[in-house]
Amino acid sequence: MIGLTHYLVVAAILFTMGVLGIFLNRKNLIVILMAIELILLAVNLNFVAFAGFLHDLVGQVFAMFVLTVAAGEAAIGLAILVIYFRGRGTIAVDDVNRMKG
Amino acid sequence: MTSILLIVFLPLIAALVAGLGNKAIGFVPAKVVTTGALFASCALSWPIFIGFLTGANTPSVTPVLEWISSGDVQVGWALRVDALTAVMLVVITSVSALVHLYSWGYMDEDPDQPRFFAYLSLFTFAMLMLVTADSLVQMFFGWEGVGLASYLLIGFWFRKPSANAAAIKAFVVNRVGDLGFMLGIFGTVLVFGTVSIPEILRMAPSMAGSTIGFLGLRADTMTVLCLLLFVGAMGKSAQLGLHTWLPDAMEGPTPVSALIHAATMVTAGVFMVCRLSPMFEVSPTALEVVRFVGAATCLFAATCGLVQTDIKRVIAYSTCSQLGYMFFAAGVGAYGAAMFHLFTHAFFKALLFLGAGSVIHAMHHEQDMRYYGGLRRSIPVTFWAMLLGTLAITGVGLPAVFGNPLGIGFAGFHSKDAIIEAAWAAGEQGTWFVGVLVALLTSFYSWRLMFLTFWGKPRWAASEHIQHALHAHGAHGHEDSGHDHAHPHAHDVGHDDHHANVAEAEDSGASPSQHGPSQQDLPAGTGGYHPHESPISMLIPLIALSVGAVAAGFAFHGYFIEPEAGERYWKGVIAFREHLMHSMHEVPTLVKLSATIAMLLGLASAWYAYIRKPETPTAVANQLPLLYKWLLNKWYFDELYHFLFVRPAFALGRLLWHRGDEKTIDRFGPNGSAFMVGIGSRAAARLQSGFLYTYAFVMLIGLTAAVTWVIAG
Repeated sequence: MIGLTHYLVVAAILFTMGVLGIFLNRKNLIVILMAIELILLAVNLNFVAFAGFLHDLVGQVFAMFVLTVAAGEAAIGLAILVIYFRGRGTIAVDDVNRMKG
Repeated sequence: MTSILLIVFLPLIAALVAGLGNKAIGFVPAKVVTTGALFASCALSWPIFIGFLTGANTPSVTPVLEWISSGDVQVGWALRVDALTAVMLVVITSVSALVHLYSWGYMDEDPDQPRFFAYLSLFTFAMLMLVTADSLVQMFFGWEGVGLASYLLIGFWFRKPSANAAAIKAFVVNRVGDLGFMLGIFGTVLVFGTVSIPEILRMAPSMAGSTIGFLGLRADTMTVLCLLLFVGAMGKSAQLGLHTWLPDAMEGPTPVSALIHAATMVTAGVFMVCRLSPMFEVSPTALEVVRFVGAATCLFAATCGLVQTDIKRVIAYSTCSQLGYMFFAAGVGAYGAAMFHLFTHAFFKALLFLGAGSVIHAMHHEQDMRYYGGLRRSIPVTFWAMLLGTLAITGVGLPAVFGNPLGIGFAGFHSKDAIIEAAWAAGEQGTWFVGVLVALLTSFYSWRLMFLTFWGKPRWAASEHIQHALHAHGAHGHEDSGHDHAHPHAHDVGHDDHHANVAEAEDSGASPSQHGPSQQDLPAGTGGYHPHESPISMLIPLIALSVGAVAAGFAFHGYFIEPEAGERYWKGVIAFREHLMHSMHEVPTLVKLSATIAMLLGLASAWYAYIRKPETPTAVANQLPLLYKWLLNKWYFDELYHFLFVRPAFALGRLLWHRGDEKTIDRFGPNGSAFMVGIGSRAAARLQSGFLYTYAFVMLIGLTAAVTWVIAG
């Protein structure tokens, strides 16, 4: 029987992968975007799992919201990426260090 | 009496107008306002003085404001007018008004005239506050006020390093005296519980014989208080030990020397001792000290005056010496005579200074008498004025002996002879001898000044100043004024070192080597330079003061020192020892003649040394090189103080500066923390890499920490 614990473990693994994907990744900004999606997915999984466990639909509704926001975020993120690539000719993570004071 | 309010505050208002208006209101308005205010003050002062002379006026106190009200100590601003104040009022306002007028001519080319006149008026205000003080604290206010004005005026030509040094020296040396004065005031509050002068004087006799702990010792209360206050008087009046600032103060413009360093401020100490004379009377020890210091200063300054070559310095030492006379007069109990000498001295010494200023003006700011000579015909008015001043200071007159019922003579004759007779009458033969000896020296150095300046052959050609005038600008060289006071000659280093080699080679009498070009159609030594008489604004004060120098002694000696008239005039304002004044008339004939004989001896020796045989001074100086150097260096007081105080003070200052400030406070304080901030911010800057993942990582760490905190906490 697959219980709540399993879902939570999977979600935790996904979340950790997403976080590590942000830090350890030195390649590409797109990978960071994907890692963020992964984190959001882990959160969604938690929502849905708890919704099933607690017999409460609010969690599933919230998951839908998160999906929507994630879609928007991805769209905007990709758009920024495209613009950035046009401007700078690179989206390699190590070359993007202009966020200094 | 409301006129006293006008007398005191008109100069202040004028000083504010001229000082704050400065260049905005222009030179002439500033000068008119200040000079007008002073003449108004002067015109209001004389009636008060005459009122006291005739007995029409009675002492009065005009309250102005409450000042300090703290527990038992009440201090108010109040203007006290009595016989003693009245004397000072006329002296201050008259000399000040004339000096203001004189400055129109003397400072005519100066670019900072409003400032100068504002300072002069400010000084007058402070001095008037001092003499009208009803409490010691108000007197101290005036005391510091005149000190400030003196500092500002000595350093008036602030581009001249020597003037700045002299100003600072005057200020610092006066601080030493002021410390004594302040301790005296504190002691008075401690002992009497009040600073009101009449109260103190009323209670003083009852304190006789009581003791007070001072520096761990038990000492007589009144002696301690009087001596502390006298230290203040010594500082202000340049008495031996604290005199070093006065000769240096001659760096200031000459009108300043006349007003502050001859006629008024330096006499504040004498005034204070006279004002507090009932207090000093209680302590014979203190009077002894006053007499001793006065006599010592008198002798010391006169000996220094013998060999100085700077005309203003000779007069400065003369002032110092005359102040010594005043103090020893007070010390033997002849306060009336002290005030009388103060009064007459103000006129003839201001006259001598202004005369010297006129000579300096004519000689293009040359102050060295060795480069004068034969000026008698070039500047006749100045010559006659200075001659009268010299006759007054040397005390020329007919003593009241051999059937001559009444002594009659120039101002100094009446006052100085009174002091010398009082010294004998008080039984102080030693002091009397010093007085007579100094009368001889006074006569010698005063006539030496006259002979070097006005007689003999012109010796101008060798003067740098005259050369400067002739070569650079023709006869009108000093009309662009600023540079003349600040040009980088050896002159600016200070007059001590000025022509020092010349000074050693030959004493003042011998004529300096003639290396300047002299034109053939003029007498040798003039270098082709024509001294010109000063403008009328400078001559009027000379003439007015000449009248004072001639007549002040004869006209007023009755009120100041004659037994009955004096008692009536002073009305107990100062301790007037009537029997002493009586016994002054009964001194032996020889004593009465002594000062006159000394004066004639001085005149004769000066004439011999500087007219008859001008090579004598050089010969004497060569014969007694040690004595000559000793005197030329003013008994090495400056060197001694330099060694004892200035060098240790500088060493301490450097120690605290390098070790204390730089190596400790700065190192661990501002510099240390700035260094730490630098390190910290470099570390923080490294955190801010600009990489997205760094920020995300930090955010995560922070988030984790926050969550841990919330959950665990």
